[in-house]
Amino acid sequence: MISARGLGRRFGSKRVLRDLDLEVRSGELLLVTGPNGSGKSTLLALMAGLLAPTEGEIEVDLPRGRIGYLAHEALVYKELTALENLDLYGRLYHVPERRETIGALLERFGLWESRHQRVGSFSRGMQQRLALCRVLLHGPELLLLDEPYSGLDASARTLVDDVLAESGGSRTLVVASHEPEHVRPLATQALALA
Amino acid sequence: MSLRNNRAVVLAAAASVLLVAGLALALFWAPEDADQGFSQRIFYVHVPIALTAYACFGWGAWKALRLLWTREPRYDLESYTAVHMGVIFGILTLVTGSIWAKISWGVWWTWSERQLTLFLVLFLFYCAYFMLRFSVEPGPRRANLSAVYALFGVALIPVSFLAIRLAENFIHPVVFTRDGPQMSGSMFVVFCVCLAAMLGLFASLYTNELAGKRLDARLRELREALE
Amino acid sequence: MTYFADVAALARKDILLELRSRDTLPAMLLFVVSALVVFHFSLPSDASAAASTGLLWIALLFTALLGLGRAFAAEREQRVLDGLVLAPCDRSAIWLAKCLGVLVFLGVAEAVALPAYALFFEPVGWELVAAVVLADLGLAAVGTLLAAMAAASRARELLLPLLFLPLVIPVVVGGVGATVVDDPARYLGFLALYDLIFAILSWASFEYVVAE
Repeated sequence: MISARGLGRRFGSKRVLRDLDLEVRSGELLLVTGPNGSGKSTLLALMAGLLAPTEGEIEVDLPRGRIGYLAHEALVYKELTALENLDLYGRLYHVPERRETIGALLERFGLWESRHQRVGSFSRGMQQRLALCRVLLHGPELLLLDEPYSGLDASARTLVDDVLAESGGSRTLVVASHEPEHVRPLATQALALA
Repeated sequence: MSLRNNRAVVLAAAASVLLVAGLALALFWAPEDADQGFSQRIFYVHVPIALTAYACFGWGAWKALRLLWTREPRYDLESYTAVHMGVIFGILTLVTGSIWAKISWGVWWTWSERQLTLFLVLFLFYCAYFMLRFSVEPGPRRANLSAVYALFGVALIPVSFLAIRLAENFIHPVVFTRDGPQMSGSMFVVFCVCLAAMLGLFASLYTNELAGKRLDARLRELREALE
Repeated sequence: MTYFADVAALARKDILLELRSRDTLPAMLLFVVSALVVFHFSLPSDASAAASTGLLWIALLFTALLGLGRAFAAEREQRVLDGLVLAPCDRSAIWLAKCLGVLVFLGVAEAVALPAYALFFEPVGWELVAAVVLADLGLAAVGTLLAAMAAASRARELLLPLLFLPLVIPVVVGGVGATVVDDPARYLGFLALYDLIFAILSWASFEYVVAE
């Protein structure tokens, strides 16, 4: 599903990733750990296709419409409501039965009551939950989750645990986290960046 | 490496010989212009420099297109170097054109000289190109942005030229005329030698600058590897 | 056809955003009228009608610049542009939708500016209206691409006018020419040619500006 050879990325003169070889097969869960600034986010952005490598190469055998990418930011418009944001993404990803899918996701992540609120008024945790809705909306085959637990309270953390557990085998996952205890039992591969 | 060095030396030598020959021919051999006398000889410097500047911008755009096509980072440096040279030749065009305007018409600047006006527009455009490069972090994104802007540049050249011609109808009537001189055979020969000299100068500067910049990048990589 | 559905969804969102936040359009309207008032005081009383036409074009150009500076403001927050870039739609759809939004704003601003110009200065003829419409297409096409470029840089607001102005000198020539010369057809044709060349170029190159 994902293969990288000699992968490296620099930002200006700063080298964030160097000489990384990687092979993730379909249905695996890759756990990426490492301290801040070790290149976890960069690696996920490279996998998502947002960044291009400056050295080596990376290949992902999926069109970008079947990848779900959770970033630090929610990647949603602050001035729009939760529902309007998901509706826009639903249209762009050509999600069948858009209304029902969005409704079910909002329900599941506990945002149904606040669906008509502007995202700008959301707390950090609510934004993260909305971002998870956005990522799962089109039923991606590859999920790239950058710090999925950040900002979430205990009840919301179990929601993420559920997502990881239900994906087991049917979906490929790459999870970057600096608190990997939750993910470790499910991981088929671990990569520690320094 | 030695082969590349040799090529650079040969290019530099050829450019210098052509430059000296061109200048000598233009100053001593080319026939005196009936209207403008001796001062018309700046034509042999000004016009080849202007044409070389176009060639630089065109070369830069070609490399930009190659970059977008192949995504090979080396084209970014090549495109940038060509545009850089283009700006230098462009400034020289503005300076020599301005001198010529002073000699011919007694003013340092005239909007009715199309080529001069066009070069002013291009000068502003390519200065913005440098501003763009300086305010984006080096990397694939900057390479893309610069390449797209360089491509806009070659589209802008003919469009601006057309615009400047059209503007002459209403900005102000053309007072000065400088018809393309009816070049005699010997004038044409001198012109061609001068053009070849300027193109050779560009090729030589381009190869050297590029080699220098590559060496610089290599050095930085090595230094990093040592750390 | 999904292409146009994508464009429609994105353009609808831009209009919705503006209706909700109301930052850009009121600023553009106020700016263009203020500029016309300033121009009244900067024109000597014996200045020709042609001079006021020139100033009108400057006002329109800078109004467009004001709007373009805000074109990607909503996307810059929260990195939404990355979200759009990752969607499976063709990236040029993002450009086209943004262009349509810019065109709507410009059109509204000019719907105020031209009557105001007629009131303060000279009557507005059909040539001027035609030239403004054609110029808008070019300004929106080039401007949207350059706004995306500027948004990717550190200098942002500072960079956009520097990138934009040299590229739109031909638009000013076409616009002013169509208004002051007896036979405007050549100038209108030139504006159309500009629109065609730069719209195609911007449409084709937008992908490289927003993605690596």
